[in-house]
Amino acid sequence: MPDIQELQKICSQVRRDIVRMVHKPQSGHPGGSLGCVEYFVALYFNIMKHNPKSFTIDGKGEDLFFLSNGHISPVFYSTLARSGYFPVKELDTFRMIDSRLQGHPTTHEGLEGVRVASGSLGQGLSVACGAALTKKMNGENTLVYSLHGDGEIQEGQIWEAAMFAAHHKIDNLISAIDYNGRQIDGDTEEVMSLGDIEAKWKAFGWHTMKMNGNNIEEVIFVLNQAKAETGKGKPIMIIMTTEMGQGVDFMMGSHKWHGVAPNDEQLASALSQLEETLGDY
Amino acid sequence: MEKTLPKFVSTEKKDTRSGFGDGLYELGQKNKDVVALCADLTGSLKMDKFEKEFPDRFFQVGIAEANMIGVAAGMTIGGKIPFTGTFANFSTGRVYDQIRQSVAYSGKNVKICASHAGLTLGEDGATHQILEDIGLMKMLPGMTVINPCDYNQTKAATIAIAEHEGPVYLRFGRPKVPVFTDPNQKFEIGKAVMLNEGTDVSIFATGHLVWEALKACEALAEEGINAEVINIHTIKPLDEEAVLASAKKTSCVVTAEEHQYNGGLGESVARVLSKNLPTPMEFVAVNDSFGESGTPEQLMEKYGLSSNAIIKSVKVVLQRK
Repeated sequence: MPDIQELQKICSQVRRDIVRMVHKPQSGHPGGSLGCVEYFVALYFNIMKHNPKSFTIDGKGEDLFFLSNGHISPVFYSTLARSGYFPVKELDTFRMIDSRLQGHPTTHEGLEGVRVASGSLGQGLSVACGAALTKKMNGENTLVYSLHGDGEIQEGQIWEAAMFAAHHKIDNLISAIDYNGRQIDGDTEEVMSLGDIEAKWKAFGWHTMKMNGNNIEEVIFVLNQAKAETGKGKPIMIIMTTEMGQGVDFMMGSHKWHGVAPNDEQLASALSQLEETLGDY
Repeated sequence: MEKTLPKFVSTEKKDTRSGFGDGLYELGQKNKDVVALCADLTGSLKMDKFEKEFPDRFFQVGIAEANMIGVAAGMTIGGKIPFTGTFANFSTGRVYDQIRQSVAYSGKNVKICASHAGLTLGEDGATHQILEDIGLMKMLPGMTVINPCDYNQTKAATIAIAEHEGPVYLRFGRPKVPVFTDPNQKFEIGKAVMLNEGTDVSIFATGHLVWEALKACEALAEEGINAEVINIHTIKPLDEEAVLASAKKTSCVVTAEEHQYNGGLGESVARVLSKNLPTPMEFVAVNDSFGESGTPEQLMEKYGLSSNAIIKSVKVVLQRK
């Protein structure tokens, strides 16, 4: 298993992949993708038990991950490729015609590592709950992980699922919210204030935790703590504070890079800030 | 012309939703992967027997249909075959995007089972009487759409769809209606059922309108009109071969369904005919309107979905041959 230094190197490469992926088609969502790099790398290179080389939709005997905020597909695709689900060179096809790397993740083109389509927000927590219940019915002690945007929890279905998970004691589920405080139209506090997120999940009957999502050591530590909390009758929600655009100075501190691609000059500037560690695709 | 004798008799009336409930219960006994989810309508959907017998495979989701569809999609990951149950309105329009993304586009093996479809829901009125659900569901790529005609056929269809890999919309209803199909029938998805062979006109009917078509056929025979009646229990994929063979023989067609003209069985049949064999056609369906409160019988008469309406349409289409 890679050590912290190696994980940080993977993070740097994933960030390079993200900005290059959205640059080529001049389309995609770099901001949230960059903010969630440590979380993805920690999950796929340290935390989850999974088999990248023999992917099946059913994933029996494996931990499963569901990306509910599908627009941060660049970080998802890069992590999947870098952990061995499909050839890294395929990242070059992101958002292009005839690609398996659709703008938002889908099972439709048979891309290894994706188990459900997402993009229309608010649906992934329900799906994760269903998959977690099937794990239980199948007698597995594996876990299900899911990630959600903070803006995404404005969708009502999230709270239907929140109530459901607590009622059915889905305690093999570790969800996280990418709490970067930004959404397309501006800061979440301006667009539709989220209030006390942690208190809301607690009130819905979840075990809550917090972490700095841009500190890989902390992410691994808290995810391991979360694993230790499974099997205790409650679903787990991690409020993960991140910086949108993390790692690229001009993309940080604003909502403006939610869904905008860098131009050639901006790409060069971004890449100059991110060390090429594993070789570009 | 030789008179057509009625070949179908019904000695009892039962609701199609009970066919679903009994089919689901039987499935529960023979297929351990079948799981059921319900949004606070267990009694109405007749899912109580399954719930009682297989509590570990039954999931109450409360009044949260969007979540129910998502949970069902997730449950397929790992091999379960989820059957969701609620009213047709809440099974389709309310959760269209959830079905579209998490089920249909994701290719998930979810069976969306919908009761109280159409006007025959009755007194609850138009808020609950969905007449657009067939259209909504048939537009989704990969979705199979089934609307069986009586208790026996609904039970057989429920059992059959568990064997079919892929998303299915199974539509049935609330009222007790005549039982007339074989209790031991083998239900073949996508295969139309010939109920009465005729030469003058083809009546393609689905759901509750199949019995009405048979009644119409009997009355028409009295007048010397020899109607062919075909039960189109699967609207998608449509049995195009059966439609074309019958239309070729009779040269005029009437479709009958408890649904809007727009998006219904009639439009599917019209598409096949206009492309391959343009044929005069009349439609027995709801004419771009919402329903209202009333008894099922009153509503079916008022909105033109009875055997009388079929007879009228047959006479119109015969003039157009």
